[in-house]
Amino acid sequence: MVEPVLSVRGLTVEIPTRHSVLRPVDTVSFDIAAGEILGVVGESGAGKSMTGNAVIGLLDRPAHIAGGEIWLNGERIDQLKGDALRQVRGKHIGMVFQDPLTSLNPLLTIGQQLVETIQVHLDVSGAEAKNRAVNSLNEVGIPAAAERIDAYPHQFSGGMRQRVVIALALCAEPSLIIADEPTTALDVSVQAQIIALLKRLCHERGTAVMLITHDMGVIAEAADRVAVMYAGRMAELGPAREVLTKPAHPYTVGLMGSTPLASAGKERLNQIEGSMPRLDELQPGCAFSPRCPYAQHKCRIEPRPTLEAHEGRAACWLAGEVAE
Amino acid sequence: MRPLVSVNKLFRVFDVSKPWLNRLLERRNKALLTAVADVSFGIPERTVYGLVGESGSGKSTIGKIIVGLLAPSSGSVEIEGVDLFREKDEGTVDRIRSDIQMIFQDPYASLNPRWKVGDIIVEPISSRGGDTVGVANKLLEQVGLSARDATKYPHEFSGGQRQRICIARALASEPKLIVCDEPTSALDVSVQAQVLNLMSDLKDDFGLTYLFISHDLTVVRHMSDTVGVLYLGRLVEEAPRDALFDGPKHPYTQMLLQAAPKLDGSVREADIPKGEIPDPINPPAGCVFNPRCPFAVDRCRKELPELRKLGDHRVACHLAE
Repeated sequence: MVEPVLSVRGLTVEIPTRHSVLRPVDTVSFDIAAGEILGVVGESGAGKSMTGNAVIGLLDRPAHIAGGEIWLNGERIDQLKGDALRQVRGKHIGMVFQDPLTSLNPLLTIGQQLVETIQVHLDVSGAEAKNRAVNSLNEVGIPAAAERIDAYPHQFSGGMRQRVVIALALCAEPSLIIADEPTTALDVSVQAQIIALLKRLCHERGTAVMLITHDMGVIAEAADRVAVMYAGRMAELGPAREVLTKPAHPYTVGLMGSTPLASAGKERLNQIEGSMPRLDELQPGCAFSPRCPYAQHKCRIEPRPTLEAHEGRAACWLAGEVAE
Repeated sequence: MRPLVSVNKLFRVFDVSKPWLNRLLERRNKALLTAVADVSFGIPERTVYGLVGESGSGKSTIGKIIVGLLAPSSGSVEIEGVDLFREKDEGTVDRIRSDIQMIFQDPYASLNPRWKVGDIIVEPISSRGGDTVGVANKLLEQVGLSARDATKYPHEFSGGQRQRICIARALASEPKLIVCDEPTSALDVSVQAQVLNLMSDLKDDFGLTYLFISHDLTVVRHMSDTVGVLYLGRLVEEAPRDALFDGPKHPYTQMLLQAAPKLDGSVREADIPKGEIPDPINPPAGCVFNPRCPFAVDRCRKELPELRKLGDHRVACHLAE
């Protein structure tokens, strides 16, 4: 088997509070191969952004990695600190955030920002760096890149700004990109452009992508495989098409039923009752059991099944039966 | 039959110029942004009219004009035959106003954090001096919360529950029309499904009419009877829901539907849309969509197409047939 670019094993993030220790990410395992897009989907508070931030080492204190391992290209990165971490961040892992306006410096031209990033990570001359900057802008589809390079972020539209952010993330030629809700702030027609761009660049360059989103539609468009998260845990992991058309975990079933897209023409949406539990109110047993229409006694008391990166698709005691 | 709401040749222009001294020094002209241009449509009673469009298409501006939060620059909005901005008789204005309510996008910003939920819900009645005894409890139960919640404050509720409170408040004055401006955009999918189902149920129970404004095609498709598509402040196409989604006639609608993600995971064969919405301060000449339109001909660059009837559709395109 080909060595995956990113390999996460049993990742656990903890936030100590005065009363208890919260676990926004709880024993999460997954792999991303080169050129593959892994979609991480879940509702707000499911822990998807926290997982992405843990991988790139951007957790804000007091949140910290409390267990598990993160391997990037065969190197363990979860224990890196200071300079060693900064080397990995940006050079080996690029990040695209939701809001392109706040992730660019408004006081610097986009050229300055690109050149700075390139020179920090690659050993090239100023002229060469500028050359690369223009090329990367061309590549993300910014018209007249050579002139636009001296423009400031506010002179670009939302979609163009997100392209600049993608160019920034890609300019040091990282092997992994973490895209956290990259299209959520954009209009549908621009969203389609950005997704197509991400897909093309990653397949061409063999970059692995962790695409974090709440939008099932974006997952269906872009992802090769999808990981569904619920209350900090991995609920289901599998090839995108299979998870979307034949969901195995009751939560994924509910999520698909709630999507107006999937139930076009129906009078009512199949809603999931209730809402996601707060992290300090988790029950023993499966976190989804209070809302699950199939839940049995076993689900409420036994520790929930953990989903390993390779085996099985759904972290559910009843996975096989529910699918029927 | 007269529609409940009729919008006639509505225009709204915003002055976005810099202050006059800056204009003088920088030798700039006044900058006018036309947010809504020549929009006409009607909403029959007990139906749902969906307005879709991308950001900057003027959908929220139309919603605000209909509820009376903004005045039109020209044109008119008639509700039950009364134009709220021209009507002189205060009694009539007051009666019509109590028939209109609005639900906003952000349930965190649209509830006063210092008021108890019960007081928030009955405000539309108490501000008119009506009898509020027991109203809040009844409404809370109708929107799926419990009567005990009336004594709590908004921060004790989740986003979906807050939106239910907003809906309860909108129902308090027993309105006929509710303008919903992106009511579920701030909510998670599973909560969105709960709120959409609730809104459908209430529509049947109370005989409501909705103007449903959203950028989300799937939500609009789920909720609406008739859908109007806006582009740069203009209505480019309007049709019954199924006709619009199954056979869009305007190139913009076609592009929008193709750009929307599909859930079957099929590989996209259609072209990816070109370009972005142009600057509304200097809209393109002719048809506003022509710079992005794959079919544009010379005529489209010179002549603004009228909204014309075409079967079930109304389309503003020279070439549609």
